[in-house]
Order: sequence, then C-alpha cells, then structure tokens
Amino acid sequence: MTPDLPARPVGDLAYLPEHADGAAHVVWWGNVGFMLIEGTGFLLAIGAYLYLQSQSPAWPLNGDALPALTWSGIFTGGLVLSIIPNLWVRRQARQKREGRVRIGVLTMTLIGFALITARWFEFQHLGVRWNGDAYGSVVWLLMVLHTSHVVTDLGETAVQAAWLYTHEVGPDQFADVEDNANYWNFVVLAWLPIYGLIYWLPRLA
Amino acid sequence: MIALPMPEDAADRRARLEKTWADPKGVWGFLTTVDHKRIAARYIVTVIALMFLAGMLGLHMRLQLAFPDLKILGPQMYNETFSLHGSTMLFLVSVPVMEAMAIWLVPLMLGQRGMAYPRLAAFSYWMYLGGVMMLWVPHALGITPDLGWFEYPPLSGPGYSPGHRADIWAQMITFTEVAALAASVNIVATIIKLRPPGMTLARMPMFLWAMLVASLMTIFALPAVMLVTSMLISDRLVSTHFFAPAGGGDALLFQHLFWFFGHPEVYIIFVPAIGFVTAIVETFSRRTIFGHTALVLSVLSIGVLAFGLWVHHMFAVGLPRLGNAFYTAASMAIALPAGLQIFCWIATLWSGRPRFATPLLWVIGFILTFVVGGLSGIMTASAPLDLQLTDTYFIVAHFHYVLVGGAMFPLIGALCYWYPKATGRMMSERWGIVAFALVFGGFNLGFFPMHILGLEGMPRRIYTYSAGMGWGPLNLVATIGSAASILGGLVLVGNAWISRKHGTLAGANPWDGPSLEWAALSPPPTYNFEYTPVVESIAPLWTAKDGLPVMTGAGVDRREVVVTSAIDGVPLYRHKGAQPSIWPLVAAVATTIMFVASIFTPWAVAWGAVPIGAALTGWFWPQRPRARTGPLRTRAR
Repeated sequence: MTPDLPARPVGDLAYLPEHADGAAHVVWWGNVGFMLIEGTGFLLAIGAYLYLQSQSPAWPLNGDALPALTWSGIFTGGLVLSIIPNLWVRRQARQKREGRVRIGVLTMTLIGFALITARWFEFQHLGVRWNGDAYGSVVWLLMVLHTSHVVTDLGETAVQAAWLYTHEVGPDQFADVEDNANYWNFVVLAWLPIYGLIYWLPRLA
Repeated sequence: MIALPMPEDAADRRARLEKTWADPKGVWGFLTTVDHKRIAARYIVTVIALMFLAGMLGLHMRLQLAFPDLKILGPQMYNETFSLHGSTMLFLVSVPVMEAMAIWLVPLMLGQRGMAYPRLAAFSYWMYLGGVMMLWVPHALGITPDLGWFEYPPLSGPGYSPGHRADIWAQMITFTEVAALAASVNIVATIIKLRPPGMTLARMPMFLWAMLVASLMTIFALPAVMLVTSMLISDRLVSTHFFAPAGGGDALLFQHLFWFFGHPEVYIIFVPAIGFVTAIVETFSRRTIFGHTALVLSVLSIGVLAFGLWVHHMFAVGLPRLGNAFYTAASMAIALPAGLQIFCWIATLWSGRPRFATPLLWVIGFILTFVVGGLSGIMTASAPLDLQLTDTYFIVAHFHYVLVGGAMFPLIGALCYWYPKATGRMMSERWGIVAFALVFGGFNLGFFPMHILGLEGMPRRIYTYSAGMGWGPLNLVATIGSAASILGGLVLVGNAWISRKHGTLAGANPWDGPSLEWAALSPPPTYNFEYTPVVESIAPLWTAKDGLPVMTGAGVDRREVVVTSAIDGVPLYRHKGAQPSIWPLVAAVATTIMFVASIFTPWAVAWGAVPIGAALTGWFWPQRPRARTGPLRTRAR
C-alpha cells in the first residue's frame, strides 16, 4: 500500500454483513468494560464496609438501629422479579421484533420508576444518617453507589423507549436494547451481595 | 481472482476515502474530530507542555536544595512545588501519555481506520484536559494542593486542611481517572475486536499485548482511587466519617484503597514501556523478538502480581508482621517476570545485528537505569530495611529510577522511533545523540547521589537542611545533574520541532520495521489504510513476499472498520464508524461543571446530572427515519 510495498489482494470483505448481534458486535464489549469498572467499584466499596466492620468493636456502631426490612425487601423482590421481563425484552431484541421490543422497553421503564419509588422509602428506613458515624457513612456509600446505577439505567431505558416509539428500529438499535438489558441484569446482580451485607450480615453476626 | 483498481481509478478511490474520513474544516473540525491520530497528537502535545512545567518545578526544588540553608523556596512554597510536581507527573503525564500513544498506535498497528469507539476517545481527551485545568488553573490563582501526590487523612481531612486545596487535588484525580478509564475500555475493545484478518492472539505484536494488559489493569485499579478520593471529598463536604477515628472511621482505609490503585499504577505506566522496548529492540536487532511467548506470559503475570503488592507502601504503619512478610515475598516475586524480560531483550540484541540508532540508545539507557531501580526496589521490598529507608531520599532515587528510567526513557525512545511515521520526516541523529547523552548522563548524575543521601538519613519533602548535616556536596551534584537532563529534554523537543519541517523525508518504513503501521504512508492519511491488511506471521512486513496481502471491500464512501473474532481474527462484519461530533465535548463540559461544583455543594451531583444526561442523550440518539408503525408513527399529510 506504499510505493515500496504494493498491495496483493487475497480476499474480499464486501460480502460481510454490516451488522452483528451479541458478543460479535463491538459495542457489546464496551458495555462489558463498563460493567467491569463499576463491578470493581462495588467490590471495593464492599471491601471498605467489611474493613470498617473488622476495625470496630460493635457493628452497627454506637447502638445504631438496624436497617428496616420492609421497603428493602419490596425493592429487592421487585428488582429480582424484574429480571423476568428484562430477559423477555432481550429475547425479543435478539429476534428483532419491533412491536414487542417497544412494549418491553416501555414496561421496563415503568418497572424502573416503581423500583425507584421503593428505593426512596428504603432510604427513609435505613435507621442511620451518613454523618452519624462510619457505619452510617459506609451504608450510605453502598446505597448511593447502587442507586446511581439504578437511576442511570432507568434514564437510559426511558430515553430508549422514547426513541423506539418515534423511530424506525434498525439492527444497531436492537443491539442497543440487548446491551441495555444486559446492563440491567448487572444492576440486579450487583445488588444481591450489597443487600446481604447491609441488611443481613449485622443481623447474623 | 480479486483485482485492485487501475492506477487512475486508484487515485479517485483515495480521493473518495479522503472525503469520507475528513474532518470539517477550521475550529469546528478541531472541536468535533474523532480521528484517533489528531486526538492522540493533542494528548501528546499537552503532556509535553506539562512535562516541561513539572520539570521546571523539579528544577526549582533542586535549586532550593543545592546548598544548605537556601531561601529560594519557603516551606509552604516547597510543599506546593513537590505536590504539584508529583501530582502532574503521576496523574497528568505518565498514565495519559501511555494511553495517548496507544490511541495513536493501536489502530495503525492493527491495519485499521479507527478505534472501536471514536467518540469515546475524543471524550477521554476533553476529560483529561478538564483534569489539567482542575489542577493548574487554581494554581495560577494561588490555590495549590500542598500535601504531596498522595494526600493521606487525617492531614487532608476537614480538621487539618480547611479550604479547597485538598478538594482540588481529589477532584483532579476524578477527571483523569474518567479519562483513563474511557481510553482503556476503548483500547481493550479495539485490540480484542478490531484485529486484522489473520492476526490471531499468537500473532499479536508485544506492544498490543502490553497495552491490552495495561488497559485491563487500569480498569481494575482506577476505581479504587476514584472511590477513595470521593470518600475523602465526602468526609470534607458532608461530614461522613470514613477516615475519622472519632466517628468510628479508620485513616488506614484511605491508604489501603489508595495503594490498591497506586501500586498497579506503577505497572500501568511500566507495562506499555515493555511494549515500546520490545518493538524497538526487534526492529533494531533485525530479528524477531527472542522469547515472544515468555514475554507475553511475563506481562500477564505482572498484571496479576501487581495487585498483590500494595501493602509494601505501608510497611511503616504498623501492620501485623505476618502481613509484612507476605507482601515482602510478593514484592520480590514480581522481580522474576521483570528480570525475564530483560534477558529476552538482551538475547534478542545479542543474537541479532543491532543498529545503534537513537531509539535503541534510549532502550539501552532504559535497561541500565531500570536494573538499578529494580534492584533498589528489591531492597525496599524487605520490610525491615524499608522501615529504615522509607521517607528518605533513597525512596526518591528509587522511584525516579523506575519511573523515569523504566517508563520515560522507553517513551522517548518510542517518540523517536515513531516520529517519522507521524510526521513523515526523520529527526536529526546527531542532536538525538546529544539529547540522549545529556538526559541519560544528567539523570544518573542527578539521582544516583540521592541513594547515598537517603542512606545518610536525609528525609524526603524537607525544604532545606543545615550545613552541619554534610549533605551539601551531593545535593549540589544532584542539582547539576538535574539541570543537565532538563537541558537534554529541551534539545530533544527542539530537535523534534525543527525536524518536522526540515528533517529528511522518511518514506513509509525508514527503520525497516516489521509491524503493520509501517505499511501506511508517513504521515498516515485520514483513513490510515486503503485496504485491509491480512496478517500471516508475527512480523508481517518481514514475511510479505510479492507485496502486502490485503482484503478489498471495506467501505469507501462510508466510514467502516472491520470487526473480527476475539481469538482468531476471523472477519465478522463491517462496522459503521462514527462521524465527527460535538457531543463528546458537550458531555465533557457538562461533566466538568458537575465535578467542579461538587467540591462546593453536594447538590451539584443531583442537578449536575441533568445536563450530563442531556448531553449523553444527544450523543447516543440514533439518526434514523421516523417510525412508520406503532402508536407514535408519523402520519401521511
């Protein structure tokens, strides 16, 4: 391809498709990359919680109340159940069913709003403030960290729903829906160890 | 039989490719470009400007210490100077410059026309520039962080550091880490998915392996420092108690999280250098690298071991003895893969036909210097000895030997090596040798005496000393050496500046390099490669008989990159590349507003998210026709 090194054709790429799904698609890997970054953040925050617990004579500190189980249970149950419609949306996206994908993404948006409402009440019943002591600080750290992911993905899902209903859906957008569904699964799975840590470890210890 | 177009059609085809990949003209083009070469070039120019500023800060400190009892810098100014020097070099120079080299080089080495996520690369630079301004604009206004490059609480906590100096330092880190994480995800995806047909993992050049490992390390290490500096800001702003013992917190938690990032960071800087050194040694030895597999495995093992060493930065804080013994062993273990690499490079040089051009001189300077730094590292890895040496000038000598010798020398070698590719012209060899002699000689003259000063007990971070300590003569030698190496740096930059107009024309492959970037024109056109190269060996340009094997069919009138399978490099599909866009800049500005405001009020995290969300919506909003089905379809008028 330079004067000293001429090109010697050995094949043609014109017959390749212009789109791909799943792990073949280049954007899928970016999504995984950001999950790795954020997953590492979650693990380190969990590590900070366990470290502070290990350095304290009592946990929760200073006789802080244990976090309440009702709203956190409603949130967690709802979050886990949301995997079912989420997987359904992902399957519809893989099969490129435009109408069902629109309905599914809109449904996931509504579920997201319901979960955020439950999360709001969960915050009211944590039993400790962030500035009370280090226990409160690290509980709020984990809660805020996870909630920011719920909000971010909800925002993305809502924008996606608005776009899908107003535009013709192409192969790249089906791949986007699939990536967004994968991300929601990540947000759900990331919550489970944090839920165990915040609500059950102090009770069992 | 596939045929290429006739010469007259070929010229027309190149013109169409040029049009497809061209940026808009003028300022708009500058602000919207997603060309990986332009983005990398502005990264590198910014880094060089900062290296100059940090070098001047270093020289200022050396002048202050040249003789006992000088008063050029007072204690507060001295604190600010070493804090700014260290923070700039670690966060704004060393990591970003390695990312920048990768953003420029990885697509070229893959025979590709762009990165996997071109807009993310643009966003990465704008965020990095935000980090530069976060530190240097307040400095210009007289508000400079003054607690060193790692700001431990309780000193950096609300009780002992009122004002915003510590917040500025902490938030500067957030900027640069967002930039580095964005670049790293991009580099990983590009290396995994955009390899050319035939480039299996086994045929991947060492530089790409090094960048893959360094970028994965970045992904796993940098969240720790983002988390810990956010916790520090929140202790200072909203009265959390993470690091406040009175509230049940623990100051050592900061150190654990900081060094969980901080030690891998050293290797995040060093591992790309392994890639540079291997590329240079291979080309200038005129043989394929000795022990390619061993080198790859050693880089992978460094990538893992680097995460198990952080406590050796904390030997002096009084941790359990068994813990210290474990981290001593782990720290010594990492010398094994590093030593293995040195032997592979020496074996390649020994069995090849070396040409001692400037890039190879820098590599030899690297090997000599890095071995000294490695050996002093083994000394300080020993917990009992470290207890004596920590916070002395021995440590200052050690980390300058590993970071300057281990990363900056290979980087300069790399800049000399790829300069003809980037500019189309050769740098002066004569001035290159002068610059090398000044920097290499000056560096060793400047920093070797610091080992002895440290052993004599001179603490780091002191702004002066009395004549009775007997440290005067060696400090004077150190100052003279530092000045000589800065002079050498200026010669280097002057040589590069003049050569870009007056150097001899380089041609495509002036060093007879084996990897694909040398198959592009110098400088590469906007589209990099006319056709998609096919890789048949680990040194494709050395084995290309009767021309370079290529595949036709990648888009001419549409921006396309060829996506291949992750392991075997089998072509999968032609991916539509991104057009120039203002959204990465808008998103970076929105993020900057939120980051800056959030050191003053926690509510900025809430309201600042709105413009960021709007910018990201603009960024990712697909441009497609309006719906013709569904309840919100467009209706015919």
